[in-house]
Amino acid sequence: MLEEDTGPGWLSEEVKTGTTIIAIEYNGGVVLGSDSRVSAGEAVMNRVMNKLSPLHDKIYCALSGSAADAQTIAEIVNYQLDVHSLEIGEDPQVRSAATLVRNISYKYKEELSAHLIVAGWDRRDGGQVFATLNGLLTRQPFAIGGSGSSYVYGFVDAEYRRGMSKEECQQFVVNTLSLAMNRDGSSGGVAYMVTIDEQKAEEKVILGSDLPTFFDQ
Amino acid sequence: MEKHYTNSQVKGVSTGTTILAATFDGGVVIGSDSRASIGGEYVSSKTINKVIQVHDRIFCCIAGSLADAQAVTKAAKFHLAFHSVQMETPPLVISAASVLKELCYKNKDELQAGFITAGWDRKKGAQVYVVSLGGMLVRQPITIGGSGSTYIYGYVDAKYKPDMSRDECLQFALNALSLAMGRDNVSGGVANLAVITEEGVEHVVVPGDKLPRFHDE
Repeated sequence: MLEEDTGPGWLSEEVKTGTTIIAIEYNGGVVLGSDSRVSAGEAVMNRVMNKLSPLHDKIYCALSGSAADAQTIAEIVNYQLDVHSLEIGEDPQVRSAATLVRNISYKYKEELSAHLIVAGWDRRDGGQVFATLNGLLTRQPFAIGGSGSSYVYGFVDAEYRRGMSKEECQQFVVNTLSLAMNRDGSSGGVAYMVTIDEQKAEEKVILGSDLPTFFDQ
Repeated sequence: MEKHYTNSQVKGVSTGTTILAATFDGGVVIGSDSRASIGGEYVSSKTINKVIQVHDRIFCCIAGSLADAQAVTKAAKFHLAFHSVQMETPPLVISAASVLKELCYKNKDELQAGFITAGWDRKKGAQVYVVSLGGMLVRQPITIGGSGSTYIYGYVDAKYKPDMSRDECLQFALNALSLAMGRDNVSGGVANLAVITEEGVEHVVVPGDKLPRFHDE
């Protein structure tokens, strides 16, 4: 044939964290969740990547979009927050972390394509969730993002109620991730969950076989 | 909050839409929104009927190019009427679905329309079939379609049960349509539903202000 051999698709495709990410606030803290699939075109590059990245002791962010862009933003903000918290002599506010992420996302919005959800606990306002899509900054009771989030907008709209307990929030996150991972080809693997409150940030992995199943599985 | 796929390749009036059909114990509910838009920017009709009756107990829902869908259903209605006179018996739901499938498959290069067919017949009771864009025919207990369906995959997977009662299924369908219309800007208006059982057909129309509301409305 007269075709050039361009090699497998995944050598030339951009590596994305396809993804489903979610963060939700409850009275006393936040719960963040993500899937673990990193894809390059049709290939899965990493099936166990933890997309919940710590920015500080009690502030985490959830990564989506281009894997390289998202990781870089998280690392830069991690550094900036360290400096900031030394300067003020105490733990930084969640809003400060979200603002730092937003500043990078907005300034480089033409070059970058990543969306980070920032969530954590601080002394001033308790548990908070911020969305930073495209360079905006908005606090929300909960936020979803990534390619898999489209499929679960209806579910989260229907199921979210104000005043849920920590356990209810954790169940909500796991159910949402499971539904999205079942429908989105770019989301899958295991589910990672982080629960942050005044005391600590607790990380948890839920294996694929332990995720909730639904009527047609 | 990723950009969802908008059917910008569809020329002219498109039923950017949400359609669904679900079986319950003893019958089937089929329903849709009522908005028709041009280019996703202008609502050309607020009250278009997308639930078309092709025979006494067989309905279908249309998605995609409105002109294509209307032409195909008109042809299908004729075929079915002729077929049922020849066979001297009401047509089977699968016959209706097959007629649509043949038209879609044979003309796949020119057409851009997908269908959900639902109904009741003596042989197999309540059934739902989906004919996709290229002409694939598949039977499912529940199916959703149209641009708004992306947002309710999670909700439908989580909330649908195969043996609901008529009222439960109707409420489920209304909730699903309402959630999709709330997130998809090319779905909206009123909810048009038909409940089909052995006894007959009941039309249910729910105007926008009477639709179920959720936490943020």
